[in-house]
Formats: sequence, structure tokens, C-alpha cells
Amino acid sequence: MNPELAARINSFLAALVLLTAFAMLAQRRMNGLIHLFAWQGLLLSVNTAIVGYVAARHHLYISSLLTLALKVVALPYILHVLIRRLRIHKEIEVVVNIPTTMLAGIGLVVFSYQLTSPIIQLSTMVTRSTLAVALATVLLGLLMMITRRHAVTQIIGFLALENGLFFAATSATYGMPLVVELGVALDILIAAFIFGIFFFHIHATFESLDVEQMARLKEGE
Amino acid sequence: MTEAMLLGLLLVPLLSALALALVGDRRLAPEVNILGSAVTFAASLRLAMEVHANGSFIGGGKFFFVDAFNISLAVLTAFVSLTTAIFSRRYMRREREHGRVGHYGMRFYHAMYQMFIFAMLLCLLTNNVGVLWIAMELATLSTVLLVSLYRTPTAIEAAWKYFILCGVGIAQALFGTVLLYFAAERVLGEGGDALLWTNLSQVSGQLEPTVLSLAFVFLMVGYGTKVGLAPLHNWLPDAHSEGPTPISAVLSGLLLNIALYALVRCKALVDGATGTRHAGNIMMGFGILSILVAAFSLLRQRDIKRMFSYSSIEHMGIATFAFGLGGPIATFGALLHMLVHSLAKSSIFFTVGHASQMNGTQEMSRIRGLFKGNPLVGWGLMLGVMAIVGLPPFGVFTSEFLILTATIKDAPAAAPFLLLGLGVAFAALLRRVQPMVSGAPPPWQTPLKAAHLPVLLHLALVLALGLYLPVFLSDWFRTAAELLR
Repeated sequence: MNPELAARINSFLAALVLLTAFAMLAQRRMNGLIHLFAWQGLLLSVNTAIVGYVAARHHLYISSLLTLALKVVALPYILHVLIRRLRIHKEIEVVVNIPTTMLAGIGLVVFSYQLTSPIIQLSTMVTRSTLAVALATVLLGLLMMITRRHAVTQIIGFLALENGLFFAATSATYGMPLVVELGVALDILIAAFIFGIFFFHIHATFESLDVEQMARLKEGE
Repeated sequence: MTEAMLLGLLLVPLLSALALALVGDRRLAPEVNILGSAVTFAASLRLAMEVHANGSFIGGGKFFFVDAFNISLAVLTAFVSLTTAIFSRRYMRREREHGRVGHYGMRFYHAMYQMFIFAMLLCLLTNNVGVLWIAMELATLSTVLLVSLYRTPTAIEAAWKYFILCGVGIAQALFGTVLLYFAAERVLGEGGDALLWTNLSQVSGQLEPTVLSLAFVFLMVGYGTKVGLAPLHNWLPDAHSEGPTPISAVLSGLLLNIALYALVRCKALVDGATGTRHAGNIMMGFGILSILVAAFSLLRQRDIKRMFSYSSIEHMGIATFAFGLGGPIATFGALLHMLVHSLAKSSIFFTVGHASQMNGTQEMSRIRGLFKGNPLVGWGLMLGVMAIVGLPPFGVFTSEFLILTATIKDAPAAAPFLLLGLGVAFAALLRRVQPMVSGAPPPWQTPLKAAHLPVLLHLALVLALGLYLPVFLSDWFRTAAELLR
């Protein structure tokens, strides 16, 4: 594969990742959200494999498989089981005004391009133009966590944010060293178990997974 | 020999965690916990002696790296975790008897306690910036469920907040690490070696300044959240006030230090690369803001543990400010401040835990007559507060005095803010503690067998450090300050 074509494919996948990030911001249904998250993981996994092939970095194949196993299969499965057990899969949550959120999201994308422009100029890699998209994915995940009120959506926002970080590592540097990637994957897995436990605790205590309920700890008087 | 000690220092807590998870809530579990921590402490001391004799070294195939800066923090971590394990034996047993923690809770508590210590020591001793990040996340994850151990609505809320805010914060730090790797890879070549502190500090002059200053913003926000710096501190008072008291003691006394350690290493690197004081100035700004926000929040608190967690934010602000200011005196003061703050704050949390168990509440208005009720608890709290507000002859006075001197010399404009923060915190804490210790014990107070040793040992050390600084310690701090220039 010549670098020209690889760069095109990479940009195309980056565009799709950004699209899934926006679709997640607009998605109201829990099931749809989890599907979008799985799609985003699949795009990342394919992208990582292609970058690994073009740049001849074989450890990226391991990262790619790890992403496939963790973010496309394991995490969406865990989330599906949790929402079925807790009977929230049909719940359509109240979102704070989708058009405004989308506008804020566009602002964040522009901001990401602005912020990463000095780095993109320095880089010689085929993947350099996607760093801005990676940062935008991180910020959109953050935005989702802020604008949503449901514990499960907050977690999906958090995982999408993590996807952005992974994307940044692949596009800025052809992936972090393997030991770091493995460690990060392990941390995400532990985090998944912890939030699974948490969903049950929150559900048992507050009889809902609406984070708004949790407002007992307030400042001072 | 040194390598074996290094390995032991990390393996003992890890194996203790496994053992405690397996044996579960047996009669001897707290003793096993103490034993594991004691062996860890002995290993850290032995390693410190090696470093004192032979200087810094790199071990385990460049994977670990020990110098005067991180070994002093490792000894401190091992020491406070030992005394906290001793304290938690009595404390948690009583919690168990009162039915606040169940069978599985106790098993989980002990195993995760050792896991937490392992994560913190790994943070300190690793040579790899990426592994440092992983260990920091592991430290967060191992304490999240400990904060919600009591399963009350407020505890779950606090733990959720801690999980989400620190998770997001530390994700920013990972982005900063990616950018750091991006800059390092161009100089050091691809692979794990490009993320080693020892390699990075050698080539800091050649790293791309624009990338590093951008990376530092992300690292500052990320690790700053963990240090509990304002305006990213919201998780801290909740997590510290709702979790079990031994966990509050190690969170305040140790975890905040570890996060600050990561930040300080990054700062030295970034300022070396850019040749400016960019990173230092950002830290000074966050430091001053934290001191002021925390000092004024102290005035409004009703919950005793919440109040002292604001005091931790204030002190972390002071240390961050001093590291940002830089220079031999300020850095020396900051290192000493981290040490004495850890000792004083954990001893305060020990006595606070006893005081709230005696009175069955954390509400300060319902805690009375501690001097008469239990002299050790009363005097422990009084002396601890006197130490933490910086009254001479305690060690906090020495470190704050050094930092103030350096501030007046190098950044006089910041001095009034620093003094204002210190003054307000001084008044707020002393005004609050006075009614709690004096007067007659209230009718709801129950007697309590307190854990004497940890409180007395910590206070004695803070006092001793104020009166006399041992030569090896000042040597270490001076070398560390030299390393961080």
C-alpha cells in the first residue's frame, strides 16, 4: 500500500470516528448509544491495523486486536447486560437541548484544529492530520459527560474519551510503547468492573441511575 | 542487593494484597496487613540506605529508577502506610462491631489497602512516564470502592464523583503523555526507551518546546486534579469525608503527594526543554488559587473530616506554589512541606477518626469535651492542629517559613496572597478545634480504646523535624532540589 492511499484511508476513518462521536452526542436511546460506541471501537481497530501495516509497526497489530476484543466485544456486551439487568434499556433520557450541544461540539472541533496546528506542522507521519480529530473526540466525550445526566451515559462518554486518547496515540506517534498500551487496556478493564459494581450500588441506593439524584453532598451551610 | 530490595518493595504489598484477598476476613487479617506494611517499610529503609551511600541508580533493566527525590517519598509512603495499618486495626474492628462494614467489606478493605500501597510505590519508583500514568490510575481505581465502603447514599455519591472526575482528569494527563512521547520519539527514537525519565532529562534541551508546553497544560490539568488543586478539587472533600478514616489518612497524606511528585517531574522536564519559567508559573498560579479557595472554604465547614480535607488542599497548594517558584530554598521547603504535611495530616485524621467514633458523628457541633473524654484524642487533635497551622516549633513552621522567605525574595507580589491564605486557615482551624477539645464531655459520648502509637509517633516526628533536621535528610532534599533545577 502506498503512503498516499494509506493517508487517505486514515483520513476517511478519522472522519467516520468524528461522525460517531457526534452521533453519540445526539443519540437519545441507550441501545443506540452502545452500538455507536462499538462502531467507534471497530473503526479504531481497523485504523490501528492499517497504520501498523503502513508504518511496519507490528506491535500495533496487538493493539488493534486488543481494541477489537475490549471495545467492540467486551465492553458493549457488559453494558448491554447491565442495562438489561437494571431494566433501563428502553429508557429515553432527557438531554439538555441537542442543537446547543451540537453547536458546542462544532466549536470544540475548531478549537482542536487550532490547538494541534503547531504539532501537525512538525510531524512527518502519514497520520498527522488526524491528531486534531483525536483531540476533538476526547473533548466531545467530555462534553457528553457534562451534558448527560445518566450514570450509564456518563460512562459511555468516558469510554469514548478514552477512544479519543487511543486514537491520538496511534495518529501522533504510531502508538505508545506496548507495555503502556497493555497497562492502559488493563486499567480500562478494571474500570469496567468497577462501574459495573457501581451501577448496581447506585441503582439499589437511589432507585435510579440518574446522577441528578446524587446531590446530597453540598458545600458548607 | 539493591535490585532485590527494589523488587521486594513492590512485591511485598502486591503479594500481601493477594494473600489478604484469599484469607478474607479472618481474625488475623489486620495483623497480616500490618506485617506486610512493616516488611515494605523495612525494604524501603534498606533501599534508602543504599541510595544514601551510593547515590541514585537505575535498576530492573532501566525499568526502575531511584534517586534522592523519589526514595524520600517512598520511605514516607511506606511509613505512613504502616502506621495507618496499625491505626486501622482498632478502628476498623470497631466499625465492624458497629455493623458499618460487613464480612466482604473487611476482606475488600484489607486487600485493596495493600493494592493501593503497591500502586503508589510503583508510581514513585518507575522510570517510565507511561507506567507512572498506569499506576496512578490503578491507585485511583483501588480506592474508588473503598470510598464507597459504607454504602450510604452520600458515600456512593462521593465515590462516583471521585471516579468520574479523577478518571477524566487523568485522561487529560494521558493525552499530555502522548504529546510528551511524540516529542521524545523524535529525539530518542521509537519504543519504550523514549518514555524513561532518565533518558528524557538528559535530552530535555532538544525536545520540541511548543509540543512540551502544550503537553504540560494537559499534564497540569490531569495530575492537578489528583493533587486536588483548585478549581479541580471538587472530588476531594467528598471522597475524604465519606470514606473510612484510615483511607482519608492515606489519601490526604500519601496519594496527593504522589500526584504532586508526577507533576514536579514533568515541570522540571518542560522548563528544561522550553528554557522558560512557563510550567513553573502555571504551577504557582494553581497553587495560590488553591491556598485561597481552601482557606476561605475552611471557614464554612461543619463536618470535621471535610474541614481537614480542605486543609489538605491548602497545603498541597503551598507545596505546588513552592515547586513552581523553584530555586534551592523554595524547592527544599516544598520537599520538607510534603513530608511534614503527610505526617501531621495523617495523625490528625487518626484522632479525628477516634473523635467521631467516640461521639458517633462527624458534625463538629456535636463533638465536645475531648480533653476530658479521652486525653490522648483531645491533645492529639489539639497538637495536630497546632502543627498543621504552622505554629513553631513544629516542622510545618520550618517549611512554611522557608517557602515564605523564598517568596518574598523571588516573587514578592505573591507573598501577600500566601500570607492571607495562611492567616485565614490559621484562624479558621484554631477557632473550630477549641470548642471540640474543651468543656465537659456530652452525654452521647462513649469511651474508646484509642490507637496510641501512630498518633504519638507522627506528632513526635513532626516536632522533631521542626527542632532538628537530620543531616541525611537535608542532604537528600538538597540533592533533590539540585535534580529539579
